[in-house]
Amino acid sequence: MKPGWEMVVGLEVHCELKTATKLFCGCPNVFGDQPNTNVCPVCLGLPGSLPVINQRAVELAMAIGTALHCEIRPSTFHRKNYFYPDQAKDYQISQYDEPINVNGHLELPDGTVVGIERAHMEEDTGKTTHAGASGRIHGADYSLVDYNRSGVPLVEIVSRPDMRTSAQARAYASELRAVLVASGASDGKMEEGSMRVDANVSVRRSPDDPFGTRCEIKNLNSVRSLGRAIEYEADRQIDLLESGELVVQQTRHWDEDAGRTQTLRSKEDAYDYRYFLEPDLVPLVPDAEWIRAVADTMAPMPAVRRARLVELMGEEGQARGAVVDQVATVVDLGLDPLVVAAAASGVAPGLALARTANEAANDAEAARRLDVESYVALLSLEADGSLTATQSKAVLAEMLAHGGEPAAIAAAKGFEAMSEDSLVSAVADTISAFPDEWARFCEGDERVGGALIGKVMHATHGQADGKAVRAELARRRG
Amino acid sequence: MSAPRPSAYLANAVRSGGRSAVEVLEESLAAIDAGDGEVHAFNLVMADEARAQAVAVDRTVANGEDPGPLAGVPVALKDNLCTRGVPTTCSSRILEGWRPPYDATVVTRLQRAGAVVVGKTNMDEFAMGSSTETSAFGPTRNPHHTGRVPGGSSGGSAAAVAAGFVPLALGSDTGGSIRQPAALCGVVGMKPTYGTVSRYGLVAFASSLDQIGPFAATVADAALLFDVIGGHDPADSTSLNRPTPRVLSVLDDGVAGLTVGVLAELLDGADPDVVARVRQAADALAAAGARVEEASVPEVVLGLSAYYLIAPGEASSNLARYDGVRYGLRRDAEDTVAMNTATRSAGFGAEVKRRIMLGTYVLSAGYMDAYYNQALRVRTRIIEGFDTAYRRCDVLLGPTAPTTAFALGAKTGDPLSMYLSDVCTIPSNLAGHPAISVPFGPGDDGLPVGVQLLGPSLSEGTLFKVAAVVEAAAPTLAPPRLSQEVRA
Repeated sequence: MKPGWEMVVGLEVHCELKTATKLFCGCPNVFGDQPNTNVCPVCLGLPGSLPVINQRAVELAMAIGTALHCEIRPSTFHRKNYFYPDQAKDYQISQYDEPINVNGHLELPDGTVVGIERAHMEEDTGKTTHAGASGRIHGADYSLVDYNRSGVPLVEIVSRPDMRTSAQARAYASELRAVLVASGASDGKMEEGSMRVDANVSVRRSPDDPFGTRCEIKNLNSVRSLGRAIEYEADRQIDLLESGELVVQQTRHWDEDAGRTQTLRSKEDAYDYRYFLEPDLVPLVPDAEWIRAVADTMAPMPAVRRARLVELMGEEGQARGAVVDQVATVVDLGLDPLVVAAAASGVAPGLALARTANEAANDAEAARRLDVESYVALLSLEADGSLTATQSKAVLAEMLAHGGEPAAIAAAKGFEAMSEDSLVSAVADTISAFPDEWARFCEGDERVGGALIGKVMHATHGQADGKAVRAELARRRG
Repeated sequence: MSAPRPSAYLANAVRSGGRSAVEVLEESLAAIDAGDGEVHAFNLVMADEARAQAVAVDRTVANGEDPGPLAGVPVALKDNLCTRGVPTTCSSRILEGWRPPYDATVVTRLQRAGAVVVGKTNMDEFAMGSSTETSAFGPTRNPHHTGRVPGGSSGGSAAAVAAGFVPLALGSDTGGSIRQPAALCGVVGMKPTYGTVSRYGLVAFASSLDQIGPFAATVADAALLFDVIGGHDPADSTSLNRPTPRVLSVLDDGVAGLTVGVLAELLDGADPDVVARVRQAADALAAAGARVEEASVPEVVLGLSAYYLIAPGEASSNLARYDGVRYGLRRDAEDTVAMNTATRSAGFGAEVKRRIMLGTYVLSAGYMDAYYNQALRVRTRIIEGFDTAYRRCDVLLGPTAPTTAFALGAKTGDPLSMYLSDVCTIPSNLAGHPAISVPFGPGDDGLPVGVQLLGPSLSEGTLFKVAAVVEAAAPTLAPPRLSQEVRA
């Protein structure tokens, strides 16, 4: 972004709740089924049908509120009226002036705190597919509507305009995603649309200036798109202002291929949604006991889990630059229980973190399915020298691919720990084969020691334990 | 003296095997066949489905089982109650060809009680009207005088009972749509407490006001039908999750010790012969042991204005779904918005369009607070006004409608005069309270007059027992000419 300017960003995130059924009826809440198979009179908006609130959806909304440190309040539903074919009733049932969650915050990994204005419940619409070259409504030959998504429960999380860089916005989206997954409320899949992000962007010359006129950007399908779109939009607004023009408040569409935002509609033709209290539903008044019960069953949030891992690493570990990134990776992928369990069994936390962040993370889905005890057993074999690092990684790859017990896999691969006699004779053979190197090593050239260890490792096909080889070399040198 | 209950006798005859449900049904179908050409109470007679139901009822009896308290009793349904696989039109072109894939909760409850659904009755389009003249399928005529309207919007159901086509019918009441046609047709009609009868499967007009209720020839039969259809339904979030008053058992308890207030504001503007009948009913209640006094709820005069902001507001949203996309009428056009517009222009009648426009306006940005929200504040004041009155009185008494049945076409050109037909009934809808209309002799023109009893929430038991006393004291009303011919 151009110097001399500051961007102001707030995000609105729609999150599909991971319930078994929809928000107001008993239809399955499943992505990817045959079109119009998960439908009933209620989610098709048939005449005479009435909505009944899904208690589980309310609990997940409260879980999100709890995770974002919101005040959870008695709430009501309104009707948001507008015509659109994928809107079965031609109104959307949504929370309006009395949302269930208000006044929370989300702390980003770098310590930035972003305020949460509200996190309210609403129903999703159906999905329209426009048949034709453009894939958009203009110029389409015809359109098809799938109501499987109609009535799927959503929570819309509205941040305060507290972000000042696109990096912060990306970090917020990533962290929020992690929180939604950790709270059990959502699977957080942006590519399947279960998490959808809109960005409100404005610019100003100084933090002391009032907020500028904002534009809302839609169609952000990844965290990367979010960052690109915000940068583009801020630059666009700065160009306008620097050339003496004004920013017009409008909704803009992010074109991923063209890498720019385009006008969707301006404030003048914004809908009048004619919100009024939904007469088919009664107010939602969760009592303290219910709110507490939801909080009690929640798993710890990513920030708490990161802090726990950092603490495990101790002062020495924390000093290593890589630790922060490794901790973030492991928590983001949900692999921190592996590290915690290994450390509890006496495995060095640094080893557990490194193996998990660098190797297990390569196939996070398989790693999340790993038997924790087997994983701890593997790291113990490596820690006590029964397996070399190279062997340990090979065994782990096998465990991720096909499962199994580490000892059995190691045996099958011929990774039995080398007996002390074999190791002593392998070192002796190497000294005989490389007398010059040995002589330099004996004269105190430590660098050549590494080369000798490498020769032993090569001769034993990696079966020797590097540390034991180093010790034997040192013993012989005297 | 016990209240007359022909439907109960009929059901008991079927239950005991004394009469067959098929035979009872055929009498009903024959009466409809003979008289409905003139009355046009029905949009659809479900003869085949009804015969199958009647056969099933008789089989149940033959197997030694009890089909239920409405065994073999023919019942007509207002055509805004969903019936699985059977057209449900709301008397509108816009629902052309639509067959609901499900039954309304009340329909299921009727069938479980052994009732036989004989057809769907005509109504004002989407229940918007007071004369059944806004129906897209032509008006229903009053069986007492076929040049007069039956009232509305449930005019078809009222006329079907008045004409003797069926002993029982269901209607819906948003601003008086059960009670006013009941009064004009000389039958009993009752609007229950909001939330006591499930709205699931009732095509919505104004969701916070709509309530399904019974029509019957007598108070006891209306009570029998109310007991069958009432009760909690988890499919309706506004359904009260508490015991619904059972009314049949208290019907003969009398009025001794009860206080009845004659509601002054409902008498204002009513025709003198109607007022005279209300006074006569009050005297009868006093004679039966009730304490009768004058009562006033000044806020109810605001009811009509508030209603015509709240009901259209909700309706404008409820009727948005008729857009040509998923079901019913579609008029194709070059794009979606044009198709929506063409469909809605062709599918809705003038009164429905008027209310959609009015409702859209009162909910619009910049106007909502002055109109819709102001009407909600008035609604609260009306509830408070009733609360005050009910601290002194157990029930309130007044006319159901200011006049007897008016001539077809007399008010169709003047919406405001039509709206005034509901001035006496609207306050109970705004308050969510129950009210019942009981026939009380003829007016000066020989046509039926209805008196209305109003009570606080869940006072159905009290209302029905007072209604039974009023019914017993009612002056004789000549039976409808039509039903005499049909019986002959």
